[in-house]
Amino acid sequence: MLQDKDRIFTNLYGQNDWTLAGARARGDWDGTADILARGRDAIINEMKASGLRGRGGAGFPTGVKWSFMPKKNDGRPHYLVINGDESEPGTCKDREILRHDPHKLVESALIASFAMGAHAAYIYIRGEFYNEAMHLQHAIDEAYAAGLIGKNACGSGWDFDFYIHRGAGAYICGEETALLESLEGKKGQPRMKPPFPAAMGLYGCPTTVNNVESIAVSATILRRGAAWFSGLGRPNNAGTKLMAISGHVNTPCVFEEELGVPMKELIEKHGGGVRGGWDNLLAVIPGGCSVPMLPRDVCDTVLMDYDSLRAEGSGLGTGCMIVMDKSTDIIAAIARFSKFFKHESCGQCTPCREGTGWMMRIMDRMVQGRAEIEEIDMLEQVTRQVEGHTICALGDAAAWPIQGLIRRFRPVMEERIHAYKAAHGGTRPAQVPAGLVEAAE
Amino acid sequence: MSVQPNAPAGAEPTHFAFDAESEQQIAVILAKYPPERKASGVLPLLYVVQKQMGRQTGSAWIPRVAMDVVAARLEMAPIRVYEVATFYLMFNTKPIGRYHLQVCTTTSCWLRGSDDVTAACKAATGIRAFGETSADGLFTLTEVECLGACANAPILQVDDDYYEDLDGPRTLELIEALKRGERPTPGPTIDRLNSAPAGGRKVLVDDAAHKPQGQE
Repeated sequence: MLQDKDRIFTNLYGQNDWTLAGARARGDWDGTADILARGRDAIINEMKASGLRGRGGAGFPTGVKWSFMPKKNDGRPHYLVINGDESEPGTCKDREILRHDPHKLVESALIASFAMGAHAAYIYIRGEFYNEAMHLQHAIDEAYAAGLIGKNACGSGWDFDFYIHRGAGAYICGEETALLESLEGKKGQPRMKPPFPAAMGLYGCPTTVNNVESIAVSATILRRGAAWFSGLGRPNNAGTKLMAISGHVNTPCVFEEELGVPMKELIEKHGGGVRGGWDNLLAVIPGGCSVPMLPRDVCDTVLMDYDSLRAEGSGLGTGCMIVMDKSTDIIAAIARFSKFFKHESCGQCTPCREGTGWMMRIMDRMVQGRAEIEEIDMLEQVTRQVEGHTICALGDAAAWPIQGLIRRFRPVMEERIHAYKAAHGGTRPAQVPAGLVEAAE
Repeated sequence: MSVQPNAPAGAEPTHFAFDAESEQQIAVILAKYPPERKASGVLPLLYVVQKQMGRQTGSAWIPRVAMDVVAARLEMAPIRVYEVATFYLMFNTKPIGRYHLQVCTTTSCWLRGSDDVTAACKAATGIRAFGETSADGLFTLTEVECLGACANAPILQVDDDYYEDLDGPRTLELIEALKRGERPTPGPTIDRLNSAPAGGRKVLVDDAAHKPQGQE
């Protein structure tokens, strides 16, 4: 388990001053000009060596992503865009950075922009995080006033501007190209790739989109060295990660922990244990609602990192766990996600726009048991026809929780269907509510 | 997908113009984007409209005439503004109550009792269903998707503020306080420091031990 001296976000709970004075006391903005003086290539190589993987869910190596930006400027400006549209159900980690450690983000944004040849960075913050955006704006204003950003940032000779752009309540804008569309003043509908943002992103210019946490940790990594960061966690799953526990635990919370720690240990230590004890655990969704859930026997031993969770057919996602105890109606819990995805589909691709509605309506019947046994397979088939057939990953994200449910809890679904049939007496097809059939007859 | 509704007949004002406070905000906003990329200002300007309507009429919403004003200011086709305004859930395209009660009912909040929060909101305001405004015009109740504060579930967002770790009785108290014109401090409604575990921090306990990074 991680020791306090290796934590990056030392003001995670806002227990100390989050403004510039407090940030400096915690070591932020210390020798920033020296880091910039190392040069673009050295910074990117150090980030690659650290083994940092994207903290927004996909887990792509951050240093490698930075290296995709064109080395030579063809006259178009370069942009860094930071994704602060944290909306994945279960996920609540970037909020703590924005409101309690904003200077880590501003300093890291300067360094990352410099490494990518960008003179401007935009951060897209979900609209609901109004007070969080105000904290960050205060930190940006302080940094401008202190000469840390703006013209000749930190005396480095590099000009850097940092702007906040607030979203307005659309989950899809967390998808990087939808985010760019939204930032350009359009509906948040994802773009086809290629061209990738590194070639044509914001305003048709080379752009890198990174999660808030991926950016915010980079100043500390560069200050303490890649070896320090890669020494934490496990091989290919390096470093520390902000995680959260919500749902049926005694003390839900956000915390920073090393990757590769057993999930059970995290839930026991930080979450204060499952409500009613570990034996009362039903399932855990390990990283935001779009990764498949894990039943209790897997949770007994699985490690919290990218590769261990992938090996179990799930994923680390955002590292924010939703814990469900045995009192949970697991079908209803997943049906709520289906409603979420139906609500948040941008409507651009037919399989997603229509498929999320179908899946929601079938799931609503599954909650009641008002279905046929064969329809479980039909539902599974619908998820397969949405998955992989859309421009962005929202279709996949809508399919996976249902696939996880069927894979892990099929007997519960069958039992619900049998119970409904028994209660409503009959062998006739059950899709139509019982009352309607009688009325028709 | 979801689309925002149209305003009911008769609700539309005949005229909208930015006031001085809004003009000040617009100047700051437009400086953020390249001059030839004014359209980037459409989300922030719609917020400016919504806030101004809240200040002037007590109902923070965006009438069609204001969308036209935004379109003219940003040199956009009006339809481009309409489609943005109806795509994003946080823009109210019809009048709302003085306080906007936004209950998160997504799974993390639901597991910890968002049904009780919803029931308390309805009981305290007399609202029967999501999307309605109370008879006294004080409250509009909206069901929202995940608010991104799941470790503090369940959440009720009142306008811009999060009230966290709620249950039925504390939701009732909150709404009664709003009715009295009070504005309780946002954040956890139980004894808890932000997103730290209830009962005290389990890490970062000894603050004196934190040396500045890289200087051990």
